[in-house]
Amino acid sequence: MSEAAISAEGLVRTFGDVRALDGVDLDVPEGTVLGLLGPNGAGKTTTVRVLTTLLRPDSGRATVAGVDVLKHPDKVRSLIGLSGQYAAVDEYLTGQENLQMVGELYQMSAREAKARAKELLEWFNLADAAGRIAKTYSGGMRRRLDLAAALVVRPPVMFLDEPTTGLDPRNRMALWEVIEQLVAEGTTLLLTTQYLEEADRLAHDIAVVDHGRVIARGTADQLKAQIGGERVEVVVTDSAALPLAVDALSPYAIGEPTVEPHTRRITVPVTGGARVLADVIRELDAREILIHDIGLRRPTLDDVFLSLTGHVTESDEAVAETESPEAETATSRKKARV
Amino acid sequence: MTATTLTTGAAPRQIRGGVVGMLRDSWVVAKRNLRRMTRIPEIVVFGLMQPVMFVLLFTYVMGGAIAVPGGDSNAYKQYLMAGIFAQTVTFAVAGASAGIAEDMTKGLVDRFRSLPMARSSVLVGRTIADLVQTAFTVLVLAIVAFIVGWRFNNGFLKALGAFALLLLLGYAFSWIGALIGLSVRSPEAATSAGLIWLFPLTFVSNAFVPVSSMPGWLQAVAYWNPFSATVQACRELFGNPTGAPTNSWPMEHAVWVSIGWSLLIMAVFSYLSVRKYRSATA
Ligand SMILES: Nc1ncnc2c1ncn2[C@@H]1O[C@H](COP(=O)(O)OP(=O)(O)OP(=O)(O)O)[C@@H](O)[C@H]1O
Ligand SMILES: [Mg+2]
Repeated sequence: MSEAAISAEGLVRTFGDVRALDGVDLDVPEGTVLGLLGPNGAGKTTTVRVLTTLLRPDSGRATVAGVDVLKHPDKVRSLIGLSGQYAAVDEYLTGQENLQMVGELYQMSAREAKARAKELLEWFNLADAAGRIAKTYSGGMRRRLDLAAALVVRPPVMFLDEPTTGLDPRNRMALWEVIEQLVAEGTTLLLTTQYLEEADRLAHDIAVVDHGRVIARGTADQLKAQIGGERVEVVVTDSAALPLAVDALSPYAIGEPTVEPHTRRITVPVTGGARVLADVIRELDAREILIHDIGLRRPTLDDVFLSLTGHVTESDEAVAETESPEAETATSRKKARV
Repeated sequence: MTATTLTTGAAPRQIRGGVVGMLRDSWVVAKRNLRRMTRIPEIVVFGLMQPVMFVLLFTYVMGGAIAVPGGDSNAYKQYLMAGIFAQTVTFAVAGASAGIAEDMTKGLVDRFRSLPMARSSVLVGRTIADLVQTAFTVLVLAIVAFIVGWRFNNGFLKALGAFALLLLLGYAFSWIGALIGLSVRSPEAATSAGLIWLFPLTFVSNAFVPVSSMPGWLQAVAYWNPFSATVQACRELFGNPTGAPTNSWPMEHAVWVSIGWSLLIMAVFSYLSVRKYRSATA
């Protein structure tokens, strides 16, 4: 079993009336990636800022690479790399100068820093803009410059707060490859993201944060399993056929079907995969119900996210309940939590 | 594009403690600030315009009306320059306060704070860069003053000594600026907060008019003003007229009083600023 490279216990931080962190517990084993998910304002950035010594929590404790964040912040700073949610670059320095400065502040010699800066700029497709001041960079270019700054040295623990926000698909993919490479070589990473596909691909473990607390924790598969298995989704051509279709589907359902009249969609939880789908199609055909669309759906991380954070249900529970099984799960889960 | 080249980065080195590490980090930050000045030359140019304007206005507009005891109209010109030099170096306050306030509102400060560097070096680097800018301004100003007829008469070395006192005062004052910059919430507020109190400070002094013309209670304030000591010391070192002799102690020991004030201001305000920076960033 490997050591926890990042661990946090009961982190609390308030800003006036806002309880940004309300008892965050985390642990990230060495050499793994933790994806921190959560809606806007959940406390992801605040968590990252506490762990990277930028912010002191009101209470709680945290260690990074075994070093106490509150007691030895200087030591922690020499063990981490950070790219925050907002690019931390000097607008009036060129890309090259920005990275060189960071290198020199990492105690590199001027020559080493210069060479490393050049290497990183090439890698992040910024070589052409290396001599331009960062003020003239586009949003995605600044973002990449900031990521490059986080990679000037190779610290054992990295924190990336929404690293791919604002990146085009090609640059996003390239960054994913970098991250995978870093992790393959032993870096521990805490990553926040709004792209669940990104978490699915990169993170070994996922923690969902809401209202300053970790409300779920596990691998992507575990979380998906938690909110239920496969479902068959049918969209009928004529809404008058909805009751008939529900009737036809009910023998295959392992739970309550959900009906959305305005989209003419029926969703039923099933087991048995593609075979069930074929049976359902035959059954509907036999009853001469015309279908517009049909498919077998497995839950995505988006479903997990919406279900756990329950934000769909919060605004209007009644509507949400009829809308999707995920929302229903969320409601019951929320009730169970209370 | 292969990932191998990217990940060859070295592991980070331990923070270099002590004064040497702090100075090294400060120099990196100072270089950054000096580069910024070359990218935004307006800051330097406007910093020059005000004192040059003062030299010209005081020399040609008001000079004729102000008499220095025991001197002709040329005497006022000679008397005035030390005052303008000193006022110019104290205006470094505004540069430091605006610069630091701006840095604190920008994301870059997070980068600095997450790096294994000495915390105080962000402030030391700023004040060093401001010192370089001040030295440049004083140099240009000295040339302008020379053109309008100002001279130093006690030799080159003593004149250099006077400039050293001026820069020391300017450096001390930039730490006041640092504290102001850390205490206000916006760069705009920092600029006015940095400047506003300099006017009474520099005018209730011997900088522009002889103190003997002020009411008695104000005279005492003016003589003990840290600013007056530097002005008086510069006049002595430049061999410029000093106005009527006084029997006030700080004026009679102006060089040492000037050094003492500057060191005291530097010690107090650098301590307060670094403390403020640490708490603002925790
Ligand atoms: N410096 C601050 N002053 C006041 N409130 C703050 C401050 N920083 C964060 N907060 C509040 O703390 C809460 C958590 O913010 P945080 O930035 O951690 O959210 P987040 O999960 O990163 O959100 P996002 O997805 O939008 O980036 C929010 O309600 C925010 O308004
Ligand atoms: Mg955030």
